[in-house]
Amino acid sequence: MQTLNISDVDFAEPGNMSCPGCGASIAMNLALKALGQDTILVIPACCWAIIAGPYPMSSLKVPILHTAFPSAAVTASGVRAGLDMKGDTKTTVVAWAGDGGSFDIGIQSLSGAAERNDDIIFVCYDNEAYMNTGVQRSSSTPYGSRTTTTPGQGWKKTRKKNMIEIMAAHGVSYAATANIAYPEDLIRKFKKARELKGGTRFIHVYATCTTGWGAPSEYAVKIARLATRCNLFPLYEVEDGITYTLNEKGDTPVDAYLNLQGRFKHLSLEDKAGIQNQVDKDFAVLKNKLSVC
Amino acid sequence: MKHVIEGSHAISEAVKLARVDVVSGYPITPQTHIIEAISEYCANGEMKAKFIPVESEHSAMAAVVGAASTGVRTFTATSSHGLALMHEMLHWAAGARLPIVLGEVNRALGPGWNIWMDQSDSLAQRDTGWIQLYCENGQEAMDTTLFAFRLAELVNLPVMVVIDAFFVSHTFEPVAIPEQEHVDDFLPPYEPRIALDPDNPFALFQMAPPNVYMEMRQSIHRAMEHTLDIYHEVENEFDAVFHRRYGMIEEINCENADIILVTTGSATSTARQVQMDMEKQGERFGILKIKTFRPFPGKAICNALQKAKKVAVLDRNFSFGSGGIFAQEVKGALQVLSQGPVVFNYIAGLGGRDITPDIISEVYLKTRDRDLPPCGSEWLGTSPRDEN
Ligand SMILES: Cc1ncc(C[n+]2csc(CCOP(=O)(O)OP(=O)(O)O)c2C)c(N)n1
Ligand SMILES: [Mg+2]
Repeated sequence: MQTLNISDVDFAEPGNMSCPGCGASIAMNLALKALGQDTILVIPACCWAIIAGPYPMSSLKVPILHTAFPSAAVTASGVRAGLDMKGDTKTTVVAWAGDGGSFDIGIQSLSGAAERNDDIIFVCYDNEAYMNTGVQRSSSTPYGSRTTTTPGQGWKKTRKKNMIEIMAAHGVSYAATANIAYPEDLIRKFKKARELKGGTRFIHVYATCTTGWGAPSEYAVKIARLATRCNLFPLYEVEDGITYTLNEKGDTPVDAYLNLQGRFKHLSLEDKAGIQNQVDKDFAVLKNKLSVC
Repeated sequence: MKHVIEGSHAISEAVKLARVDVVSGYPITPQTHIIEAISEYCANGEMKAKFIPVESEHSAMAAVVGAASTGVRTFTATSSHGLALMHEMLHWAAGARLPIVLGEVNRALGPGWNIWMDQSDSLAQRDTGWIQLYCENGQEAMDTTLFAFRLAELVNLPVMVVIDAFFVSHTFEPVAIPEQEHVDDFLPPYEPRIALDPDNPFALFQMAPPNVYMEMRQSIHRAMEHTLDIYHEVENEFDAVFHRRYGMIEEINCENADIILVTTGSATSTARQVQMDMEKQGERFGILKIKTFRPFPGKAICNALQKAKKVAVLDRNFSFGSGGIFAQEVKGALQVLSQGPVVFNYIAGLGGRDITPDIISEVYLKTRDRDLPPCGSEWLGTSPRDEN
């Protein structure tokens, strides 16, 4: 058995309101280990608005400012501005939003903050749908998924939005993908983001939702790992929108990933072959960017 | 010393003098001059503040919600569609009990696009939990902005300082700009009740289940009531330093009037002239200017109006399917009287149309010459109805 080199100092309380096997909960626990005590979190409407606990409780040991669904990034910008005026330079301000709060309703505010290069870390924990409201599709929901708004034969026929490329295209100093199944890599990226203060940093964390994806809770980490092993969710970093570094290379067919989840159960062999084809093409495009630099 | 400045800049100057820490801004006519001037003060160092040029009004309010949560003084400004877009965050700011001050320039909403005076934008935000203070001219805009910070920080509620599109925002008038030291006397540094701090972690504005939510709402209501209680006192403080005061309402000859016209904003100035002329002609005509819309000073209004025979409420706004909004509120306030005055409601000046002295005279005469108002409100100065 391999032991992970991870601090056992926790900034998350052992109990919270998440479902069993919640990837978003794992993501927060790991992220805070890297970010440390001097962190202020800004959380919009999302599962984490619930997981953090109702008044007067909190499941985290750092301050949390809850804000409205569309406004995670700019609320964090405001917090940063306030701290700057108070001469507080040590605190890291982190917006922590779901895929809906980042890809969809939150993208205007996120893009604005990134363009102004506000000194915040924006984290999108991606469970590929609106989970808080009961598994509705978002623009992060991948091709082939069934959700409650892409049900039956109406399963999602369009692709997942390529968020990290959108953020990298803003020219931010640091944009990276991370995955709860790669905790050391994730922690390293959060530490790096924390160090690179002075501008907007973006981390896109793959966070399984077994409840929404139709999988046993004990598969949360396994499914997340397969997403990267199959190159569906490659782990990489982009600095200044230019320099690409790939952290993991996958070699597993997508079937291994798809077959574990109820949301893809209806797909034919042909559909799955189509997904494999698309993944291969996307990965080739990414590899091209690596060779550029 | 008096300077000839436009109403927008009276607000910008006041924001500078209030030593605001964080300002967010997004342009919209006729508000834009307010934030342009502030961004200039920040750029040239006249003002030691962070100016955040956000990408929408929703974000403008979210930015100051974030900043105010760290315990600093904040300001933003908007108008019309901008205020409508902010709606969600207006609720957030008030529910969070943050003393944010918002400069709001009353403007109509589209379609069709209309950048001119109309109160429908701010009055549509009636139930968001914001204090709303309406101003008649540039001096009042300056003074009310300074006053707003003090009031907001005393009661932990956000305050909207409202001025008329163009009639106030773009009109150059002599305005006394106070000395910094006098402003500092009136407005001490902000001492926040709460502030985000990693050394003392807690969650703010989190989920509030039924067992606590209602008490939170009630506390906003209590803060509004408290505002009514302390308003006069805060005005005393203001008066002691600047020698000016406005009141939640202003009564002009109400004691001797049979008919009292209820006005708001710059239309009051026009009405003042007509009232003087009418009084000279022996008419028993008074004016009640309402400055504070939220909290609504119902008792004070009732006291001012109770001796009159008739009240004419002039509304530069409209609630479709109902009537003028100030008229509804005034009628509500008069309910406690067993034999109160009858209330006429006139709609005029929507979408930037002038409220001329002739219109005010018409309102007065129409009210004088009829015993009872017709059912509903009366629109003045509109062209004959197109039956198609
Ligand atoms: C303006 C607005 N629209 C809709 C909602 C309802 N709502 C709350 S959370 C949520 C979905 C959040 O999805 P995501 O950001 O992916 O986070 P997750 O719940 O999946 O963790 C929605 C639609 C809201 N709170 N505010
Ligand atoms: Mg989601």
